[in-house]
Amino acid sequence: MNNSKLKKLLKNPYVFIGGIIMGLILLMIIVGFFWMPYEPTKMSASEKLQGISLRHIMGTDNMGRDVFSRVMYGSRVTLMIAIGTIIIGAGVGTIIGSITGYYGGMIDEVTMRVIDALFAFPSILLALVIVSVFGVGWPQLVISLGIAFVPSFARIVRGEVLRCKNMDYIENARLQGVSDFRMIFLHILPNIKGVLASSILIGFNNAVLAEAGLSYLGVGSQPPYASLGRMLSDAQQYMFTRPSYVLCPGIVIVLMVLGFAFLGEGIKRWK
Amino acid sequence: MMKKKIGRTGSALLMVVLTTLTVALSGCSSDKAGDSAKVETGAETGTDTVTSTETAASTETTDDLSKLTVGIPQDIDGLDPHNSTGAGTREVFYNIFEGLVKADSDGNLNPAVASEYTISEDSKVYTFTLRDGIKFHDGSDVTVEDIKYSLERNMGVDGSEPLIKAYGKIDSVNVLDDSHVEVVLKDADSDFLTQLTVAIIPAANEHPETTPIGTGPYKYVSNSPQENFVVTRFDDYWGEKAYIKDVVFKIEANMDAIVLDLEGGSIDMMARVTPTQVAQLSDKFEVYEGTMNLVQALYLNNAVKPFDDVKVRQALCYAVNPQEIMDFVSEGAGTEVGSAMFPAFSKYYMPELNDTYNTDVDKAKALLAEAGYPNGFEFTITVPSNYGQHVDTAQVISEELKAIGVTANIQEIEWNSWVSDVYSGREYEATVVGIDASTLSASALLSRYVSDNGKNFVNFNSADFDAAYANASAATDDAEKTKYYKECETILSQEAASVYIQDLPEFVVLNKKFTGYVFYPLYVQDIAKIRPAQ
Amino acid sequence: MKYTLKKLSSTIVTLIVVSLCVFLAFNVLPGDPAIRMLGLEASPELVAQTREKMGLNDPVLVRYFRWFVAFWQGDFGTSYTYSVPVASLILSKIPITLTLGLLAFLFTVVISIPVGIATAKYENGILDRTITVVNQVIMAIPPFFSGILITFIFGMIFKFFTPGGFVSYTDDVRGFLRYLLFPSVAIAFPKIAMTVKMLRGNLIDESGKDYARTAYSRGNNTNGVLYRHVLKNAMIPVITFLGMALADMVAGSIVIEQVFNIPGISRILLSSISNRDYPVVEAIIMGIAIIVIGTNFLVDIIYRIIDPRIDIDD
Repeated sequence: MNNSKLKKLLKNPYVFIGGIIMGLILLMIIVGFFWMPYEPTKMSASEKLQGISLRHIMGTDNMGRDVFSRVMYGSRVTLMIAIGTIIIGAGVGTIIGSITGYYGGMIDEVTMRVIDALFAFPSILLALVIVSVFGVGWPQLVISLGIAFVPSFARIVRGEVLRCKNMDYIENARLQGVSDFRMIFLHILPNIKGVLASSILIGFNNAVLAEAGLSYLGVGSQPPYASLGRMLSDAQQYMFTRPSYVLCPGIVIVLMVLGFAFLGEGIKRWK
Repeated sequence: MMKKKIGRTGSALLMVVLTTLTVALSGCSSDKAGDSAKVETGAETGTDTVTSTETAASTETTDDLSKLTVGIPQDIDGLDPHNSTGAGTREVFYNIFEGLVKADSDGNLNPAVASEYTISEDSKVYTFTLRDGIKFHDGSDVTVEDIKYSLERNMGVDGSEPLIKAYGKIDSVNVLDDSHVEVVLKDADSDFLTQLTVAIIPAANEHPETTPIGTGPYKYVSNSPQENFVVTRFDDYWGEKAYIKDVVFKIEANMDAIVLDLEGGSIDMMARVTPTQVAQLSDKFEVYEGTMNLVQALYLNNAVKPFDDVKVRQALCYAVNPQEIMDFVSEGAGTEVGSAMFPAFSKYYMPELNDTYNTDVDKAKALLAEAGYPNGFEFTITVPSNYGQHVDTAQVISEELKAIGVTANIQEIEWNSWVSDVYSGREYEATVVGIDASTLSASALLSRYVSDNGKNFVNFNSADFDAAYANASAATDDAEKTKYYKECETILSQEAASVYIQDLPEFVVLNKKFTGYVFYPLYVQDIAKIRPAQ
Repeated sequence: MKYTLKKLSSTIVTLIVVSLCVFLAFNVLPGDPAIRMLGLEASPELVAQTREKMGLNDPVLVRYFRWFVAFWQGDFGTSYTYSVPVASLILSKIPITLTLGLLAFLFTVVISIPVGIATAKYENGILDRTITVVNQVIMAIPPFFSGILITFIFGMIFKFFTPGGFVSYTDDVRGFLRYLLFPSVAIAFPKIAMTVKMLRGNLIDESGKDYARTAYSRGNNTNGVLYRHVLKNAMIPVITFLGMALADMVAGSIVIEQVFNIPGISRILLSSISNRDYPVVEAIIMGIAIIVIGTNFLVDIIYRIIDPRIDIDD
């Protein structure tokens, strides 16, 4: 990456805004590892459902816990769930997509049918199955969301591999006797990294949103260490009495997704 | 033969089982219902205090007071009263179906389909007189054949298993004449009347699973899964007729939206509302407060380490503060319990046991050290995720236990998994649920602690307890029976079978356009008593 | 013809895979449907007898085969929970979820296409920039949260509808539609945002291509080029997306039906999963699978009509 390109990237308003948002959220998460205003699980009967104040900058929840500390912790949980989901979804999806796309034939036919089937299988049901068997928790959530994300990555990668497979340079490499493994991972995949990168950023957003949805349906992360989605869904019944409790985690989720989206948009425009 | 009118049986003999097949922990809804694990019965009505703020301000003069919409947390699970076990279904069916006898709000058994009965001196033959002129909802007369049919259906006549376990005790049901039926038992049982609240349905109805017909104050109109269950007043009802003509039981999938739906006017009444929701309601509503009649506890698996050591269990009892839990979870409402008995069983409830373990962190630490855990230990509380109050309670407990160096992780699981892993499989360390009584007898709550009882999911094992319970079962004298039951409770408390917490408060919200809500010691909603406010 | 046959056979294979997955999934799920029906206090003997009667003691593959044969003969079985035929249970709920999905789809198409074209036409104008930012924000709001906000703002504050006051289509069609209006907007919101973004991007890409420039240099005015060539090409991926979105409406309605208390298919699906009511779950998932695969199929055909060059057999 040369200097002028980098400068151009940084001048891009999307990257700029997205970077600032993500930077703030990351800062909050990293600081949270070392210091939080309060223990996020510390309850206080005398300070339930307080509004925004200097003492509690995002107020307190129904157990008198400091919402800001919980948001700091919850952002960490949410981010880890999103990262885990993408590692599984994009990792497995890319492998399946490139193999089926590259070899074609029966492998392709059978795998794509399974992928279709998975696509038609509601992810909530998948999550319920996994959660019922292994219990509620974030690793289970990551696995079920990850599996649910595999089909879309597999499809995207397969399509791209199909497109690249017949390009001249691949043909050349093949004539030179490059092994299939090297071919897929060293020649084809680098060529589609752009598409993959933007899919991954979109995937991050979808993972954050899907986690919130599953939390709402009661299969999200477990208390007392709640993810942002879980906090939001727990908080909704206090919409009347303490809107700040609902809005704070809500706004942080929106910002997190926006940050990813702006970065993705910026990178796309920069190319 | 001693002859007595039903209804005079007196509230002391409250051995009522409204619903014989009581599912003590009947799983209610799958969604995140904010209510607590079921409630079944109780001996007294709890405290019917009415908390309400001034002024009804009935602005909506155009409102149709002939229609009441009641929110219910889960679907009606089948229209056949003999095959529907959900506690939520039975609370609705109370308005539609009646048995030979029927419980009232004081826990007495009153005449319903039968107008009177006699019990033979050996307590083996129960003879019933059919109420004169009583009709089914379809207009046909109730006959003695219908009674025979209904009871035999529950006995499982053609070699199949009885639908209700206790009905296995029935030897035969005999029609004596046009207005008399006798129930003959295999063995003497002076409490069998409590089992005879089972719905009487017409023998001529070939499809009880799709066309429910009963004798109650309301008759069935329609059922739409996940939407509503509609009934209308039965004008030929034999007793005091209902006030409100049309009643819609509306399924509220989203318990978090209860306040919105009440305020918005889509429901007029909702039972088992949480204290936080109550706090958000405007003065358009009247709030009735009672108790759920259950024992909420941190149930410990006495068979696994470290809970096999009584000192560890006692340490947890010293560390957990029930009052603090009530402050967090239910705004201070609720009644502390110190053993496996809730206050509504006033005859058996021992308030002094609440003081066996008064919160004392130092003592708890000392006990842990004695037990060989000076630095505490780590364990997992498994909670059914659909019961918000139990999940919240677990969170408070987890926080409280930090003070004695014990780390309690919380594992939420789906209700079905809870049933198979925790309740049936007993593969857990600790769990928070509420346990209710399936009959109005102390044994309903205490029998599960007998070491070889099939429902002893806490794996409690005490020779003293087993002996005391056996004595109580054998006793014929009521005072003696009570004494042994109290001994059982004391043992549970001293041995710290589990960390007993509270009997949860119950709040029923009713729009001030209506009035007359009555608490029952049973899991029912008696809509016939609700009437428009002036 | 060959294409249709091939597609049809692969559709059937997919459906079989889906139904088998559901069956196996339920087999590993804890929870006994018989206990679920009879209650926790039921005697073990009664449970055993009921399991036998329900055929639950047979090996899973035997049960699957039995279900499979009946299913293709049009017999979906009887719901364990409601004791009514699954077909009638589902049929009574289809109009609700279908109306919800179609309304949402209608909103998506009617709003997103003109807006997408407008933003592309005035690229980097104030309208474009505003809409792009608004789009991003909309896409960043979790669906249930926007549902709650809509209920709060339009239900409680403006009183456009009664929260939780669903009216059945059998009672009052107008009331039914009025109630579904806001939930369908909640479902449509993110889809609109995504479609606008996609259409805008495609239009800008396409109009930068050689053929569009050529057409433009020949003196065609901007509108003409846009509408005649560019729009057609730019629409292809959008149609794919809309097709997927339509198929996704059922899944999307799961959360929204919960938030707005709408007794549709998704609610029946969720409650049947937790009630371990296999026949209902199987039938609904098969229905969803058929819709998803069917829409993909239709999308392929629309492709052909719009652009005969596409080699579908690829």
